[in-house]
This record gives sequence, structure tokens and C-alpha cells, in this order.
Amino acid sequence: MKNIWKKFTTAISRFFHDDAGVSFLASTLAIFAGILFSFFLMLAFEPSDAFRGLSIILSAGFREGMSSLGNVVVKSTPIILTGLSIGFAFKTGLFNIGATGQLTVGAFASIYIGVHWTFLPGYSHWMVAVLGAIIVGAIWGVIPGILKAFFNVHEVVATIMLNYIAMYAVSRMVQDFVFESLKSESQSVHPNAVIPKMFLDKVFPDSSVTGGFWLAILAVIIIYIVLNKTTFGFQLKAVGHNKDAAKYAGINEKMSVVYAMAIAGALAGLAGAVIYLTTSGAHISTTYILQPEGFDGIAVALLGLSNPIGILGAGIFLGYIKVAGLYLQTLTFKKEIIDIIISAIIYLSALSIVFKSLGRWLVKIIDRLNAKDPEPVAKTGGDE
Amino acid sequence: MMDFINTFAEIVRLSMFIAIPLIIVALAGLFSERSGVVNIALEGIMVFGAVISSLMIGILFNNTDLSGQWLFIIGMLIAIGAGVVFSLLHAFASVNMKANQVISGTALNIFAPAFGVFLARAIFNVSKISYPTREFFIKKVTIFGLDLSNIPVLGPMFFTKTYITVFVGILILVIAYIILYKTKFGLRLRACGEHPQAADAAGVNVYKMRYAGVLISGGLAGLGGLFYIVPISGNYDPLYGVSGYGFLALAVLISGQWKPGRIMVMALLFGFFAKLSNMTDLIPLLDNMHLSTETLRIIPFVVTLFVLMLTSKNSSAPRASGEPYDKGKR
Repeated sequence: MKNIWKKFTTAISRFFHDDAGVSFLASTLAIFAGILFSFFLMLAFEPSDAFRGLSIILSAGFREGMSSLGNVVVKSTPIILTGLSIGFAFKTGLFNIGATGQLTVGAFASIYIGVHWTFLPGYSHWMVAVLGAIIVGAIWGVIPGILKAFFNVHEVVATIMLNYIAMYAVSRMVQDFVFESLKSESQSVHPNAVIPKMFLDKVFPDSSVTGGFWLAILAVIIIYIVLNKTTFGFQLKAVGHNKDAAKYAGINEKMSVVYAMAIAGALAGLAGAVIYLTTSGAHISTTYILQPEGFDGIAVALLGLSNPIGILGAGIFLGYIKVAGLYLQTLTFKKEIIDIIISAIIYLSALSIVFKSLGRWLVKIIDRLNAKDPEPVAKTGGDE
Repeated sequence: MMDFINTFAEIVRLSMFIAIPLIIVALAGLFSERSGVVNIALEGIMVFGAVISSLMIGILFNNTDLSGQWLFIIGMLIAIGAGVVFSLLHAFASVNMKANQVISGTALNIFAPAFGVFLARAIFNVSKISYPTREFFIKKVTIFGLDLSNIPVLGPMFFTKTYITVFVGILILVIAYIILYKTKFGLRLRACGEHPQAADAAGVNVYKMRYAGVLISGGLAGLGGLFYIVPISGNYDPLYGVSGYGFLALAVLISGQWKPGRIMVMALLFGFFAKLSNMTDLIPLLDNMHLSTETLRIIPFVVTLFVLMLTSKNSSAPRASGEPYDKGKR
């Protein structure tokens, strides 16, 4: 009996000494708490609908079988990519608020190529359109990279400015080059420029899913490899941890910033391509609104702890929640409740230290209980 | 010559409507960052202040005799209160919980607009909140029967067709400068943002100072939200919120090198270029170029980027800004 107790207590204390374990637990608890919070909010303002609201939020992805799940995939694809863009920048010590702008210019590039470059034969058309989005997004990312590296301009400010510049410029260029004046939005792309379904239509029939999801998965894998298995990725991370130390170690810290922003921009640009190279009626409107996917990416990156695999999971989760938002339209509650859930989850996940200190406190008590035993519980102590 | 002066006065008057909320919210960011807490939630707090005060002004206007400037002043107090309460969340996370301040701020930014719409729908069944902004418009400023609008240059610049937001904004700028640089409290606050361990060793309660910094920041940002709504947009539309003014204020704060004077200059500069699209009839040269609306709207952002490029070489960010303070850490 005593032995089991001891094993149990050591296991707990070990778990709370392991950061990854605590972070995962914290994220999971945060998700539950966030949904619970929104439930109470619904209960407070519209008690009759609260339970239906909750059940919709929980079951949204399965309401209409595979086609609902297909919508989850559609919603999550771009935010996985913007999340990856922002998470990658985080890893290299940069805060890329500019995913929105990079996405917007990428989207325009893909639509422009998709509408006008009809001379491209067959599959090459969508590939070139996607490539165009990636390149233009990368260029839009390089600008704040250069400003940061060589002019010491804070990347947060530079990317905020570039978001607005992109928004106005694309609104203008849509009107000048690819305008559908009846609906005051961009024209539909040529069928050849639509990203093929790549078997996803077999899995998720009746949804507007495209092979863009595979591109997102591919991007996750590439970024994972770059960050964890290459010297280049190591150098970028080193600059993120300590610029001066990296410089001392012989890393070109200035160019690292530029490369990092180029990659972040390329990912966000790709996100723009996967949103608009579809048949589902996605068009850039000419209103002055920043694309929300860029900001959702911040939430995805934070929830996914900037880890590519974590970002994939967080992106799918957020996509799921967003689909729930579409179904909620039928109730008194609209999409807002979804954003409230997301914000509550992010806020609570920021408080992961609560769980850590709870763990430390537990460890302390266990230590005291086991004080009579000759073998002390492993305790490392200290911070960070 | 007189023509030129009047045009100039008109330009300054128009620029001020953009510059004032930017100054107030940038100062909000200044107080927080000087105490050592990064406040990326400025946008969210602005929205929160704007929503709550708009709702309350609407309710008060319809149900009580309050109107005109008194109603506006009460609205301001409500906006400040809402901002302070909302920023408590950020203070709790970043001071007590030592949370990542960017994450906490992002959460607040997502929460505020959603909660605003939720509240408006739940209480009024509408999503757009509008109220009589005309009530607050001042045609001519008169003090003790003196018509200040007749003063040359200054009259048309400050005392005609205006809102009290302009005067409150200037007052806040002056007070903020005095608090930060001429009081013991300001010195301690800045110390907590530069070297909290040293401040602590000198007997300053770092946690308390950081709370103070964030809460002042919240109050100012909430007020900035209302000051955006009244002169600029005229109603609260959840589709646009406060149009990214919180983020712009962050840009003004950084390009202003965390100093009140420079913040004012940058805000006025941005305000001037942002209002260019309304000034085509004032500046003939601009009218002759036949620029599209979008081009005109891009100009302030491009100009700010260029100014930043030329002035950012020596950044003077508070050194400990963004780092949670841990007593045990050396």
C-alpha cells in the first residue's frame, strides 16, 4: 500500500516537473474551462437556448456527417498555415502580426494568376497560382524583415503598417485588374486554377474541401523538419533565443531575421491561395476589412505552443469551433460566442503557470508527507 | 496669406480628431510599458471602453434628462471605468500569474469585440450601437461669454467645430508628462520597467507599480475608445470596431520612442496624413493629382514606415518591458 502511494506521488511530482506534460494538461483544461465559461454566459443571457447552444458547439463537426467534417477541414486549412507562419516567427524571436497582410497580397497574386494566366496548361495553372501566392507573400514578409534587420524597426509596427497597406492596395488592385463589378468583388478563377481535391472529396463528399489541406500538412512537415532537423533552423532559433550570442557563434543574425520573415510570409501567402483557389465562391471583396484568418493564426500559434504539430492540432480545433459558429446562427447566439470561447481559452492557456504552481505546491506537500522516508522525492526546484 | 493661415488651421483641426485618440491610447501603452508590462491589448480595451460607454450613453440619453457635454463627461468616466476593469484581467495575468503578456493581450483583443456584440444583442437586440454624437459637437467655444473662436489662427484651429475630446486629450498629455517625469510615482514606475530588481531593492513594490501601470493604461485606452467613436466614426459598428486604432497607437508609441513629446508629434503627423483624403478641397496640389481613395489612405502608413526607418536606429524601449518580474530571479 505504502509502495503504491509512493509510486503515485513520485509520478505526480515528476509530471509536474515536466514542462511539456504540464503545458498539454494546461491547454486541455483551458479548452474545457473556455467552453464552460461560454456556457455560463449563454445561461446568463438566454437560458432557454443555452443547452442547445452547448450541444451545437460540441457536436458541430458531426452534425451533417462527413460534409460537416469537411467544412472543419476547409475552415482549418488557412488558419493552420497562418498559425504556422506566426508560430515559426515566434520560434525565431519575431512577432508576425502581419500574417493578415501577407495573406492578402498572396491571395491577390493567386487570383490574378488564376484569372489571367489562362495560357498555362492543365495542372500547371493552379501550381503557378499557388507558387505566385507563396512568392508574393514572402516578398511582403521580407520587407519588415529588412526593416528589422537593417533599420531596427520593430517588426510589430512594420507588419501592422504593411497590413493596412496591403488591405488598401489589394482593394484598389482588385478593382483595377480582376473586378466583378456586379458584386463588387474579385472575379472567379479559371477552373484549371482551382486546387484539385486530391481524393479529399471521396472522404468528405458535399463539402468545398480542396487539396489545400494536403499543402497545409506538407507545410507542417517541412517547417517541423526545418526547425528541428536542420542547421538553418537551429541558427534561426538561436537568433530568436539570444541575438548577441548567435552573432558571437558566427551566425549572420541580420540575414536570419530576413529569412525567417520570408518563410513566415510565404506560409501566410500560401494561406491566401488555399482560401481563394476554390470553386466555393470565395472572392476578395473591396471593403476595407483586414482578413480575419491572419489574426486567428495568432490564436492557433499560441494554443499550439508554436510547435508545428501542436499548430496542426490547434488549427483543426479552431476550425471545428468556427464551424460550430456557422450552426449557431440559427439560435439567438451568433458567431460572437465562438470568439468569446476562443479568447477565454487563450487567456486561460496563458495562465498555465497556475497549473505549474499548483504542481509545485503538490510536490511540496508530497515531500513533507514523505519526509519520514529516507528516500526523498526527486525535486529540482529553481525557476525556468 | 490669410487664406493660407486659415487652410493651415483647418488642416490642424481635422488632423486633431485622428491624433487625439492616438495620443491617449499611445500614452496608455506608455504607462503600461514603462512599468514593464507589454500591453498589446490596447485595441481590445479601446473596443471594450467604446462599447460599454456607448451603451451607457445611449441608455442615459433615452431615460434621463442628461444631455450635451455633461452626458459626454459621464460617458468618459464610464469609458475609463470600463477600461480599468477590463485591464484588470491583463494585470492579473501578467503580474500575479507571470503569464506571457502577448498571449494575455491577444486574448483580450479577441474577447472585447465579440463580447461587445454579444452584450449589444443581449440587451438591445441590435449589433450596431449609435447615439446622438451631434449632442457633443461644439460649434464655437465660449468661456465666460468670451467667444474664443474669434482669436486669429488659434480660434479656427482649436475653438470652432470641435469636441471637448481635443482639450481633454491635450490635458491628459500634459498630466501624463508631469506624472511620469516630475513625480516620485513616475520615477518608481519607470524604474520598474527598466530594472525591477533594482527598484525592488530600493523598496519599491514592483507588483503594485505594475498594477498601477496597467490599470492607468486600461483607463486611458478605454477613454481612447470613446474618443475614437465620437468624432471619427459616430457609432459603434462591430464590423469595424475601432478600425485598428489600438494597433496604430502601438505603432505611434514605438515610433515615438516611448516619450510623450515624440508620441504627440508622431500622432499629429499620422493624423495629418490620415486626413489627407478629406483635405483634397483644401490643398489644390493634392486635388490636381487625382489620386484614388486607396492611395490616399495608404499614405499615412507608408510615411510612418519611412519615419520609423530614419528614427529607429537607437531604440529606447523600457529594458524590462515584457518580462514577468520574479522576486527570486537574479
